[in-house]
Amino acid sequence: MKLEVTRVIDDEGRVLHPEREPALSSDELRRLYRTMLLVRILDERMLRLRMQGRMGFYLTSLGEEATHIGAAHALRDADWIYPAYREIGAALFRGYPLGTFMCQLFGNSEDPVKGRQMPVHHSVKRLNFVSVSSPVGSHIPHAVGTAWAAKLQKTQDVALAFFGEGASSTPIFHVSANFAALYKVPAILLCRNNGWAISVPSSGQTATPTFAQKAIAYGMPGVLVDGNDILAMIHVVREAAARGRRGEGPTLIEARTYRRGAHSSSDDPSKYRDPAEPKEWERRDPIDRFLKYGQARGVFDAEFVAHTRQEINREIGEALIYAESRPPKPPLHSLFEDVYAEIPRHLREQAAGLEAEIARHGEKVPPRG
Amino acid sequence: MRTVAFREALNEAIAEEMEKDDRIFLMGEEVGHYDGAYKVSKGLLKRFGEKRVIDTPIAEGGFVGVGIGAAMVGLRPIIELMTWNFSFVAADQLINNAAKIRQMSGGQFTLPIVFRGPGGSAHMLAAQHSQSTEALWAHIPGLKVVMPANPKDAKGLLKSAIRDNNPIVFIEGEVLYADQGEIPDGEYTIPLGVAEVKRPGTDITLIGWSKMVKIALATADALAAEGIEAEVVDPRTIRPLDEELLVESVKKTKRCLIIEEGWPFNGVGAEIAYRIGRRCFDDLDAPVERLTGADMPMPYNHHLEQQCIPDVPRAVAAAKKLLYLE
Repeated sequence: MKLEVTRVIDDEGRVLHPEREPALSSDELRRLYRTMLLVRILDERMLRLRMQGRMGFYLTSLGEEATHIGAAHALRDADWIYPAYREIGAALFRGYPLGTFMCQLFGNSEDPVKGRQMPVHHSVKRLNFVSVSSPVGSHIPHAVGTAWAAKLQKTQDVALAFFGEGASSTPIFHVSANFAALYKVPAILLCRNNGWAISVPSSGQTATPTFAQKAIAYGMPGVLVDGNDILAMIHVVREAAARGRRGEGPTLIEARTYRRGAHSSSDDPSKYRDPAEPKEWERRDPIDRFLKYGQARGVFDAEFVAHTRQEINREIGEALIYAESRPPKPPLHSLFEDVYAEIPRHLREQAAGLEAEIARHGEKVPPRG
Repeated sequence: MRTVAFREALNEAIAEEMEKDDRIFLMGEEVGHYDGAYKVSKGLLKRFGEKRVIDTPIAEGGFVGVGIGAAMVGLRPIIELMTWNFSFVAADQLINNAAKIRQMSGGQFTLPIVFRGPGGSAHMLAAQHSQSTEALWAHIPGLKVVMPANPKDAKGLLKSAIRDNNPIVFIEGEVLYADQGEIPDGEYTIPLGVAEVKRPGTDITLIGWSKMVKIALATADALAAEGIEAEVVDPRTIRPLDEELLVESVKKTKRCLIIEEGWPFNGVGAEIAYRIGRRCFDDLDAPVERLTGADMPMPYNHHLEQQCIPDVPRAVAAAKKLLYLE
């Protein structure tokens, strides 16, 4: 079978399909550009911090910014986003403060998840941006359950799960897709096909030529889209969300993009892939393409671009100073909180034991580095 | 008081809570049109409709995960596993997600969800249908593990579990469903984490839960015929464990036999024995002893199967040994 890759603009930002072009105001265009650029610059800066040993781990979205920021734009604020781990732009787009973002990376006293999670595993309930779950694919049924709850309660909300093409090989992906279609819930299963699952190319995951076509087996539409074309992302996610809200059920979207960076700060892709490949994808850079489109529309002038970059750098600098000056340690007592909804007796006893131990021997100070 | 079967008591608990709170729904294999593989959900589909009593495809990871996602946004799911033997298919959902999402999200997400279904040995159903899984689930911080022994406890504990704001593993003894027992007429609940003395006694403490409470009570009867008064204590909730009542009983009787159906290595009884040993060291007149299921997958053959499950004669013998009568 053959699926057409949905595009709105070409690699030079020229409009190919005006009928699909979302009607966006100048402000919206600027906000999209700004968020993509923010993620790009933020990733560069944070990766450098990781290399300097100022944080333990980092994951970038380099080259994939349009996929998730476009999807986030297409949703309403009340819709739920279940991220995999390379979609931080969706939370930033919804207003996740940079200072808080960095406190999470440091796991310090102002980290909203209290120093419990690895860096980049953000959780922002007030923005309907759900916690990252590390076992690949394990969050997909949660999005289906949330969509099911929306259907039951007639809220008109949609739940979108991001996952990589590698996750499409997990049993839970298939199970979740089956449930979503069977119960006709307003879910969007958004597969970011970025070419690589750590060192395994997407051709190593499946015998089918596309991931989108798997939708047919479950009884839902499958859509193939250019993930580096933010306007196409907005177009297809809007359509999928509208289908969900009309009670027509879920949609599987395969967004073709490319992971230009490493899998994580613990990975070195030069060991397993031809460096010409990421170079080739630089030509299709999602931010450059959108910049050209905005320039052609007369929205992004040189002053706006320079000013935005300057402003982002200033904001990141300020957020970094803020986060690094917060007390590095969440309160010790927080260890005993949130294991259960209440603190049960055995944890109260452990807390008392720890206090007594500290009173006798002082607090353990971890070695630096 | 009135007499109902264990499965009816569970059914009443679910129905009463669903009546009061429309955020509660029941989901699982065969729970709707078939009334549940063990008929616990009898009549519920008719009463509450297809939106609240949902038959699912055969995919434990799916309905456990879907339940988690619904709980995260404010619903209160009851997820039926056809048997806890098949829960391992959903282990990632239960262990990595249900038990941890609250903690990992810094307390932002609450998971009021009950996972329930039959567990323990069945009759001639062999290795993959006759497992006691409580030691596995009780190992995981973030989960509560509840195991009722009779209809009264089944109803009262299930109602508390449904109202609780934590993920609950609720294990129903597979061979208990037809057991009859008295339950109070009106509304009642039994708090989680509170043990109960099922039979008072002075000479030895027998600790058992779920089906093993029956073995412990029959053992106590047999011992009583010989003039030995055994106290039977049922923790009812494995986690959090009501250590106080167990310790109080052993301090009084000075002897303790734990009867559990599960495997011995890292069993729940091993944990209880450690706690009693630590806190009752000066009171004990004999080491804490355990009678457990055999340390192997359950065989099918009836004669062999019965050799693998704790029974009254062996419990009586073990108790007498602790009393230095054999």
